[in-house]
Amino acid sequence: MSNRLVEVQHLQQYFPAGGFGKNKKFVQAVDDVSFYINKGETLGLVGESGCGKTTTGRTLLRLYEPTDGTIIYDGNVIFDKKKKIAVDMLPYRKKMQIVFQDPYASLDPRMTIGDIVGEAIDIHKLAASKQERYDMIIDMLRQVGLNSEHANRYPHEFSGGQRQRVGIARALAVNPEFIVCDEPISALDVSIQAQVINMFEDLQEKRGLTYLFIAHDLSVVKHISDRIGVMYLGKLVELADSRELTERSMHPYTKSLISAIPIADPKVAKASKRIVLEGDVPSPLNPPSGCRFRTRCPYADETCAACVPEMREVEPGHFVACHHLDKCN
Amino acid sequence: MSNKLVDIKDEYLSFFTPAGEVKALNGVSISLNEGEVLGIVGESGSGKSVTAYSLMGLTAHPGKLISGELNFNGHQVEKMSEKEMRKMRGNEVSIIFQDPMTSLNPVYTIGNQIEEVILLHTDKDKAQAKERARELLELVGINEPDKRLKQYPHELSGGMRQRVMIAIALACEPKLLIADEPTTALDVTIQAQILELMMELKDKLGMAIILITHDLGVVANMCEKIAVMYAGHIVEYGTVDDIFYNPKHEYTKGLLKSIPRLDATEHERLVPIEGTPIDMLNPPKGCPFAPRCEKCMKICLREMPPVTEFDDVHYTQCWMNQKEMMQGGTANE
Repeated sequence: MSNRLVEVQHLQQYFPAGGFGKNKKFVQAVDDVSFYINKGETLGLVGESGCGKTTTGRTLLRLYEPTDGTIIYDGNVIFDKKKKIAVDMLPYRKKMQIVFQDPYASLDPRMTIGDIVGEAIDIHKLAASKQERYDMIIDMLRQVGLNSEHANRYPHEFSGGQRQRVGIARALAVNPEFIVCDEPISALDVSIQAQVINMFEDLQEKRGLTYLFIAHDLSVVKHISDRIGVMYLGKLVELADSRELTERSMHPYTKSLISAIPIADPKVAKASKRIVLEGDVPSPLNPPSGCRFRTRCPYADETCAACVPEMREVEPGHFVACHHLDKCN
Repeated sequence: MSNKLVDIKDEYLSFFTPAGEVKALNGVSISLNEGEVLGIVGESGSGKSVTAYSLMGLTAHPGKLISGELNFNGHQVEKMSEKEMRKMRGNEVSIIFQDPMTSLNPVYTIGNQIEEVILLHTDKDKAQAKERARELLELVGINEPDKRLKQYPHELSGGMRQRVMIAIALACEPKLLIADEPTTALDVTIQAQILELMMELKDKLGMAIILITHDLGVVANMCEKIAVMYAGHIVEYGTVDDIFYNPKHEYTKGLLKSIPRLDATEHERLVPIEGTPIDMLNPPKGCPFAPRCEKCMKICLREMPPVTEFDDVHYTQCWMNQKEMMQGGTANE
């Protein structure tokens, strides 16, 4: 379909983790993940730490070379392992950008804010003259709520929220169509988070941006996303419209994830029942056979150990990967 | 009252840094009864941790208590010597920190670290201490305690380490447990496990808890009373219901409005608190929240508002509330 801006099929990302020859070990960070994002849409990706959501975002931009799978951007295949396609990314970098999680680590401390934003303009040769470059930088800073005098300052002079704005200005500088937002607000204070979330929404409306919004906080993801994908240990387990997902989740992991979120309303909190999961997330070095969630799932049986559940479209637009949907719903 | 466990009165505390004096606490008063759970919420740098740490005498250099009374379980903490405090810490009050990774010693086994507390504070011998350590691990829900006792912190997961921290904190059955962001470093499903465990143990052992967090969801689930802190002041204090259903201070209201809710049925735009937290080195005159407050009046910029009491528990520090109270009072008469 022409409406799809980004699509990944059977994306796989393994990282080598020691061992030689036959004994070589791999961290199976992302395994067989497929999804698409429509133009102007926000797809949220949630999951616990180590579930592969950040790796998915980065692999999608080919910041990591995928181990297997296909990446399609706006109808063009930019990576296909089987057909050995791996196009030059430079022209695509102008269209696909990323905002990183940690605004303290992702800005070069020895560059001024103006140069940080200007670097992208230089690389893609977007400005014809120095004056034009300067105007573009200032315009960009204004759009994210900073002003011209900030351009000559260094990152350490800014607060966390302001730095994140600089990170966003840098991503916007090349006028992209698609932005991967990799936990852009989790390092910020509560009162600042709302400011940045609103800014993302405004920019999307103004520029028709498409987002892949990665976060571990489901309430935030639900707020900003049209559709949400839930990941567990490198696999996508459920994908649906954001209201559908939070109100009628089907996968047992999604259910427990939703019930574990503390609700900021004492009466609701006392009335709601928590499904507390036992144990910890297994190591991605040696994930369980079959369904990866089975070691913590209350419904697991031999089928779950024997074969990997496929993503099935249970209802229009609602995909779940589970063998025992009838049992847990 | 006899069952009052903690009573902090008008505490002022400053850090004397090379850049100048940072007034971390400006007249903080907190009281807590036995077996109660108090939540302290606020942004980073608002003084939540400093308040709780000072109660244990853990104010690090260059911090200094300027004035105020710190009463805890019959002790006057501000007058205690280091030796007396050592006796109190771990025995009557203990603490769990945010990051279980850095607060356990990596070169000692789990067993070693739990036994240390028991040997220090009780007259149990080594064998008894070991037995007690085993019991504690069982209490905090760690399976195969015998195996775990011999393991090192790096062999355990984050949730497991936090359980060990809780076991250490509870070793001498303290009357007060200070939990400083105990679940911030953990995933939500693990957070749910730990919070559940803390509530269970509280009922079992009858201890009081001071829970420090920035997550309003966590306090709504756990606490009876809540103190909202901003720039070293308790701007609002009340029961859970007061704070969530009847907030009076603009900052509390702002906080509640700025978090997205999972159970929202329609897309509502978030209402952020504009501006940024103040620079503690150069705090503004008057109310510290005034520069970000929508309803800021002239007097807010000049003077710190006095306490406005709504009932026995619920109070704020805000000129708006003071004004309303005065008008309400005269109208009634």
